[in-house]
Amino acid sequence: AAAESSESEEEDAVSYGTALQPLQEGERIKKPVPLQEQTVKDAKGRYQRFHGAFTGGFSAGYFNTVGTKEGWTPSAFVSSRQKRADRTILGPEDFMDEEDLSEFGIAPKDITTTDDFASKAKDRIKEKARQIAGVVAAIPGTTAFDDLIGPSKITVGVELLRKMGWKEGQGIGPRVKRKPRRQKPDPAVKIYGCALPPGLSEGSEDEEDEYQPENVTFAPKDVMPVDLTPKENVHGLGYKGLDPSQALFGASGREHLNLFPGSSEDTSNLIGDLRHSKGRKLGITGQAFGVGALEEEDDDIYATETLSKYDTVLKDEEPGDGLYGWTAPKQYKSKKRSEREVKYIGKILDGFSLASKSPTPSKMYPPPDLPRNYRPVHYFRPVIAAGNENHHLRRALEESTGKLESDKTQQSRHALNAFQRRERLGETCLKGPAPSVLEYLSEKDRERLKEVKQASEQQMKAKMLPQQSPNSRLQPAPPDDASHKWQMLLGGQLANAGSSDFKPFARNPEKQKRYENFVKSLKQGEKDTLEHYLDPSMTEWERGREQEEFFRAAMFYKSSNSTLSSRFTRAKYEDDVDKVEVPRDQENDIDDKEAAVKMKMFGKLTRDKFEWHPEKLLCKRFNVPDPYPDSSIVGLPKVKRDKYSVFNFLTLPEATTSVTQATNEKIQQNNSLNKPKKPSRWDVSDKEKEKKDSISEFISLARSKADQQQQPPMPATEERGAGQSETTPAEVTNEDKEQEEESRPSMDLFKAIFVSSSDEKSSSSEEESDEEQEQTTSVIDSEITKQADLPDSSSSNVQENVAATADPGVSLLPVSKKELDTAEEFGPKLPPAFSSGRFYRFYRKEKHRKNREKHKTKREHKHKKEKKKKHKKQKSKGKHKNKKSEKDSSSDTADSSDSLSDVDTTGLSPKELLRR
Amino acid sequence: DGNYCLTCGSDKSLKLWNPHKGTALRSYQGHGYEVLDAAGSFDNSQICSCGADKTVTLWDVATGQVVRKYRGHAGKVNCVQFNEEATVIVSGSIDSTVRCWDCRSRRPDPVQVLDEAKDGVSSVKVSDHEILSGSVDGRVRRYDLRAGQLYSDYLGSPITSVCFSRDGQCALAASLDSTLRLLDKDTGELLGEYTGHRSTAYRLDCVLSEQDTHVGCASEDGHVYFWDLVEGSLALSLPVGRGVVQSLDFHPSLPCLLAATQGQVQLWREDTFQPEEGDE
Repeated sequence: AAAESSESEEEDAVSYGTALQPLQEGERIKKPVPLQEQTVKDAKGRYQRFHGAFTGGFSAGYFNTVGTKEGWTPSAFVSSRQKRADRTILGPEDFMDEEDLSEFGIAPKDITTTDDFASKAKDRIKEKARQIAGVVAAIPGTTAFDDLIGPSKITVGVELLRKMGWKEGQGIGPRVKRKPRRQKPDPAVKIYGCALPPGLSEGSEDEEDEYQPENVTFAPKDVMPVDLTPKENVHGLGYKGLDPSQALFGASGREHLNLFPGSSEDTSNLIGDLRHSKGRKLGITGQAFGVGALEEEDDDIYATETLSKYDTVLKDEEPGDGLYGWTAPKQYKSKKRSEREVKYIGKILDGFSLASKSPTPSKMYPPPDLPRNYRPVHYFRPVIAAGNENHHLRRALEESTGKLESDKTQQSRHALNAFQRRERLGETCLKGPAPSVLEYLSEKDRERLKEVKQASEQQMKAKMLPQQSPNSRLQPAPPDDASHKWQMLLGGQLANAGSSDFKPFARNPEKQKRYENFVKSLKQGEKDTLEHYLDPSMTEWERGREQEEFFRAAMFYKSSNSTLSSRFTRAKYEDDVDKVEVPRDQENDIDDKEAAVKMKMFGKLTRDKFEWHPEKLLCKRFNVPDPYPDSSIVGLPKVKRDKYSVFNFLTLPEATTSVTQATNEKIQQNNSLNKPKKPSRWDVSDKEKEKKDSISEFISLARSKADQQQQPPMPATEERGAGQSETTPAEVTNEDKEQEEESRPSMDLFKAIFVSSSDEKSSSSEEESDEEQEQTTSVIDSEITKQADLPDSSSSNVQENVAATADPGVSLLPVSKKELDTAEEFGPKLPPAFSSGRFYRFYRKEKHRKNREKHKTKREHKHKKEKKKKHKKQKSKGKHKNKKSEKDSSSDTADSSDSLSDVDTTGLSPKELLRR
Repeated sequence: DGNYCLTCGSDKSLKLWNPHKGTALRSYQGHGYEVLDAAGSFDNSQICSCGADKTVTLWDVATGQVVRKYRGHAGKVNCVQFNEEATVIVSGSIDSTVRCWDCRSRRPDPVQVLDEAKDGVSSVKVSDHEILSGSVDGRVRRYDLRAGQLYSDYLGSPITSVCFSRDGQCALAASLDSTLRLLDKDTGELLGEYTGHRSTAYRLDCVLSEQDTHVGCASEDGHVYFWDLVEGSLALSLPVGRGVVQSLDFHPSLPCLLAATQGQVQLWREDTFQPEEGDE
């Protein structure tokens, strides 16, 4: 039996691999080929070369794939007229080797069972889902193609389930015993959440037959999977694609439009009859593609719109309803149809169920009542900015709107600018240094502004009383031409030639006239006659104010005339201005040059010659020898170079007429003299004109102070003199200070010395101490040499020395004894006594010499004493002002009384300790 | 040079032309605002330019790259010149300074600042040892490096352009009173005065012809005027264009004139008299 079985097994068994050669007797067992000698051959016996992913290279390519020296031979392309080369479409197989097509290659050609056939039973759940999707999808039947295309693979989960004993068609879960009969649900138990849609699970259960054996368990019923396909399309909710069976023959109309089911029974019958009589196939044939010529039923084209669909007979549907018919009022209709609605909707969307309660109607709020005189048309009220420019426009608009302005003053209130408002309010103008923005504008801009302003001002003047306007204070604009000419005429009358430039009230010619009269009278000395020149029509207060104004203006003029004229240059080459103000250039008077130019006398008159020092590098670059090889000055040594060049003042050419900041400048002058900050031109020019100008005597006073400071230490700057005086007062004073410091530099030194002597920790004294150190060390050396001469000088000898110098009454002796013992002992002890870095340094030197004879230390003491003496000498020299010096002197005296010994150092040490 | 022509314009770029053929050779871009002046070095290897972006720029001609940018002027830079060996760039600016920039070292600041002018510097010329600057304050300043002197000649009117004569004895200055003045360099005496053209607002160039025989100046009426240098009589007026003739230059050795007007550069020759044009 066993043999049989073995035989049968042999027959049945499948043998894998090649069988070993049967051993022949007497033959030795072959040695296994060592690993390095094992080779791989392909089917044709060619050697294969193993290589990595990227390391094949020529060798692998040649040996493994190509196999010939020539490489792949290209396919010969032959095409003739008779024999066209058939174009072959190359697939991937054409590029594969034959190995790849074998069983274990990339693309095996053997017939294998595919997944489709691996399991004969198809996944029914999927099938179902697919069917559902097929129904739902927009184009029905597309999923059928999916079936064809996609291989339906069994997922791992399904496979696992199958192995666990699950069969298709069953539900998943533990096997359960069927309950004998589903009892009615307990009414007490409330079911929360969504009720399951009926018919999904329970309905199927109800169908179960009654027969239920006791010991048989059943698998749970398969559950129809809820369709969870997301809504991807843009169709409305619940939209379903055309059902071909319904789309034809207006079947949809029968279902959906059948609002009156009762009445349309016969029509539906009619249509149904029609359909059945036609005996059409269901499908997408027919009407969707039109009626073909060969079809005979083209009478059916308009079947959907046949009259037979409509009610031809008016029946009495319900009593009372005939009153309204289609146009019945809503509530009535809805009430009537509320119970019918369910039928009407027919299909409830998946996952939705009808609500039992109708939602509460939203409350309606009536719109507010309109006022009786409401006009539903809006008209725009013109909004106009309160500017001067559009004044006319504004008025025109206002007139057009019928609101002619009643109050002119009120209107002009908006047209006023800030200054005029301020005037009306009687406020004082700002005193602060407020350079008007106009000054920073370029000339063109300013002229433009001026034009605009004048235009607006003329408008203003038409309305407003001519006012005495201190707003001229902030009006750098020169007067209009008429007043200017007038001004020029009047300028000749004034004694001071330059005064015509000063027109504080240029804006107001009458006032200016008054002012000039006033000035004239002032010059003549009749001060009481002022009132004659004032406007008689003015009030007392106005008169007083104007008088005050005149006074102030005159004073400003006096003080500011020269400063301003020096600071501001008038635009010289304006076409209309023939008068050129003289700028005080460091280069000579331009006036003369002007004249010379006019006379065409160029040459010496127009030429200025300066010494000019070019930069050395510049000379080098120009291949020119430095003309001043020994000078360190660069540029013009004699000419004042202005830090704030004319470039800065370029934008202020007309500023001479503006008196705006006369006071400010005065103040600034004072300030700048008191605490000079900026070097500016007018400072210098003041100095130049000191003699002529009656102006600023106090300025000159202040300046003289500065000069007094300036002159003694700085002959050089003095030499520069009035012509240039480039250095500012600030610089001068600084330099003064520096020079002062240089002249007596010893203060700090003294301090340092005193500090070093008294408080020996101060590091500032180290320099000096170093010097002393050198001295002392030299002395030390000398003494060393001396003592080196003395061979083995006895300690007693040293002690004698010490005793000779030191005070016998002092307790130095034990110390010295100790010192004699060991130098090491001496070392640590000293620092508290002489706690300075200097002494410490000595100490360290000692350490270095420690190896030498002991009594060197004694000598050190001597040196210290000597040093002390030196200190005292220096102290007595430097005993000038320091408080410390007094202290030290007292200590010095004490020391001197103590007869110069180490004792005084020890005596000092408590002080030092205290100071620490 | 005489072989190339440099134009600069408000399109923030420089262009290098061959004026004889009218072909544009290269364009140099890198200025932030309009370029106001440009000059080439003696060996045609470098170009310096200046513009309203307050910078002086040194270009490499071949590569078209910016070699250096010198910042330091406080205002527009009106004019720029190389010295003879192209080691220093001299630039004059509206900030009333003339600045000498070193091309050799990498110093960012100027070698020297000549700030004697009281107003914007409109024109600068450099000879072997002199720097001639014309300023709006009406002065022609000549800085003599060899003598270490500064000569300042007052002309009374804003100066638009200055120019050395070829012999180096005279200086020509054009000013806004529509006058050209020829000054003796050493004494400052007026050698000649040339009027007839119109120059009141623009910064116009003046030139001396290649033999110092004639004085030329651009004019605002679209002509280029030529005077006989000695006699001072108007010799020729070339109608260049309708607008202002902005720039003018004479060939260093040939009777050949370049005039720029309204985006055009024209080359004038005496013999052939065929203007060859190139658009700027």
